[in-house]
Amino acid sequence: MFAIPLAWLQLKREKIRLLVALAGIGFAVILMFLQLGFQDALFDSAITFHRNIEGDIFLVSPQSTSLIAMKSFPERRLYQSLGFSGVKSISPIYIGFGIWKNPFWEGPPMPQTRSILVIGTVPGDNIFSLPGFRERQAQLRLSDVVLFDSASRAEFGPIPAKFEALQPGDMPIATEVENRRVEVGGIFQMGASFGADGNLITSDLNFRRIFSSREKNLIDIGVIQLEPGTDLQATLERFKQNLPGEFRVDPQKTPEQAKEDFVVGDVRVLSKAAFVAVEQNYWKESTAIGFIFTLGAAIGFVVGTVIVYQILYTDVADHLAEYATLKAMGYRNRYLLSVVFQEAIILSIMGFIPGYVLCIGLYSLTRNATALPIDMTLARSIVVLCLTVLMCSISGAIAVRKVQQADPADIF
Amino acid sequence: MLMSPIPIVEIQNVNHSFGSGRLRKQILFDISTTIQPGEVVIMTGPSGSGKTTLLTLIGALRATQDGSLKVLAQELRGASESKLVELRRNIGYIFQAHNLLNSLRAWQNVQMSLELHSDVSKQQSRAMAEEMLASVGLAEWVNQYPNELSGGQKQRVAIARALVSKPKLVLADEPTAALDKKSGRDVVEIMQRLAKQQGSAIVLVTHDNRILDVADRILHMEDGYLSSLDVAAL
Ligand SMILES: Nc1ncnc2c1ncn2[C@@H]1O[C@H](COP(=O)(O)OP(=O)(O)O)[C@@H](O)[C@H]1O
Ligand SMILES: [Mg+2]
Repeated sequence: MFAIPLAWLQLKREKIRLLVALAGIGFAVILMFLQLGFQDALFDSAITFHRNIEGDIFLVSPQSTSLIAMKSFPERRLYQSLGFSGVKSISPIYIGFGIWKNPFWEGPPMPQTRSILVIGTVPGDNIFSLPGFRERQAQLRLSDVVLFDSASRAEFGPIPAKFEALQPGDMPIATEVENRRVEVGGIFQMGASFGADGNLITSDLNFRRIFSSREKNLIDIGVIQLEPGTDLQATLERFKQNLPGEFRVDPQKTPEQAKEDFVVGDVRVLSKAAFVAVEQNYWKESTAIGFIFTLGAAIGFVVGTVIVYQILYTDVADHLAEYATLKAMGYRNRYLLSVVFQEAIILSIMGFIPGYVLCIGLYSLTRNATALPIDMTLARSIVVLCLTVLMCSISGAIAVRKVQQADPADIF
Repeated sequence: MLMSPIPIVEIQNVNHSFGSGRLRKQILFDISTTIQPGEVVIMTGPSGSGKTTLLTLIGALRATQDGSLKVLAQELRGASESKLVELRRNIGYIFQAHNLLNSLRAWQNVQMSLELHSDVSKQQSRAMAEEMLASVGLAEWVNQYPNELSGGQKQRVAIARALVSKPKLVLADEPTAALDKKSGRDVVEIMQRLAKQQGSAIVLVTHDNRILDVADRILHMEDGYLSSLDVAAL
């Protein structure tokens, strides 16, 4: 409607101020991207394992809260469920944290050790869809052989690189887990999480050898696969009816949720969706992590708002006489308000772009440094862009009050 | 009876006060006068006598409190803010300070005034702005920003801005106060010439006795009372 883009021309005229504003907004954008990115990465990394188990129903101990705090339960419960109609196969999973020794450590004469998540599975059971696992699964039949997660943190040693470099006839990579000698029989890919810096998969037998003090007949996760076409809800109902012991549900769950997440006697029965949700909710609700990252993002938002407000306020104050002149010429208040808001929107878009580009770099730095699955996603970009526009609009809304003060009668 | 043209400004018994309660102070007392189309009226008077106040009232920049004030046949007393804004678009203002927009080039400053008139297309308005700048002697300076111009040049841009939309009324408040003698004289002459060409009436407040000769009529303000001076007597 107006041929002269006053908002842009005014911003452009004050180059230093524009740069300061863009730096401030870019900073806020980066802060929001990093905080939200870390949070998403944490929540994603926490459930990588869960998502990659091919199962329809899961049994865990009612006392288990998350993968890093699993309690065992009698394997008999899992074998009992094999008798329920619709169940195709069952498979036990063993979970434990063991001390891993970096076999390539060349530092001080003290061994570099670190806690690693050890997953035990029956070698013949096809329950993991983790990349690289299938190809190496057969190795698990050998005694004291483990598969190493290539996305584990670097402190465990350059295992993936060394493994790739092995020539036929070379000695296999050997190290110790819980002081038991093991060999690396292959590489798979899962990824570190906030709870576990690295991961190993081994057989149930090897697992028992590594954790020799563990009681027999106890497992950590029972994976149940159903026959194709089996009704999940009806099968869960059969679990509820037929497993021994008292039926309980968390009173805070909705009836819908309680159908896929309930306790019978000494086991908790979960659908796959509920199994993933329990883990995610543990990190979201039972730890301060979600709060901390949301707070971090909120601080970015507030800092950005204050910076943009400062810039816009100074800009309006500087142009107050000009605005009064425009009013005297017959421009309406509305026009001047729209100029300030246009400035706010222009600033938000212009500040977002460099922040966005920088963040792609920062994400890749973080990915390499932490082995966390952090990536620029469209959804997060839209969220941060909206927050940035909102941030600038709020600042604009406070700053425009100053425009009302421009009195055309004062300028003569 | 002789048909006289409709006056551009018709002021009848206008009083004006600032402040309220005990601090209330009357500034204008029973002002009455009319200004005809195309007339050049100069208003003189000591500082603080109320000249600017009267000008802001005529310019619809301040609400009329008492009496009757008609500008371009529109009664301002009791008029809505929206009507006042509408009316301002038909008046050209020239201020003591040039009050140009510093972020805009000379031609853009002039065009800002045309943008309020929807009957002018964009291409047309740029051409009109440049033409107007040429007629105030700034053909070479259309692309300059205000801070790249001298005081007299800035004031000439302000004149171009005030006159480009051919207003029927131009209000100027001490437009030469910040200028040296020579450029002050130039500015007033340009203003007068263009206003005459366009048939605009001018109300010009000034302290400068040397420019009184451009006036058709001289008004004198003293302590809030307005009186006419006889031009012929000067
Ligand atoms: N906004 C205002 N509030 C209160 N008093 C004002 C205001 N504007 C002007 N005045 C007073 O009104 C009187 C006339 O001012 P003004 O019209 O500016 O005189 P002039 O332009 O003739 O010098 C002065 O005494 C001035 O102090
Ligand atoms: Mg004055």
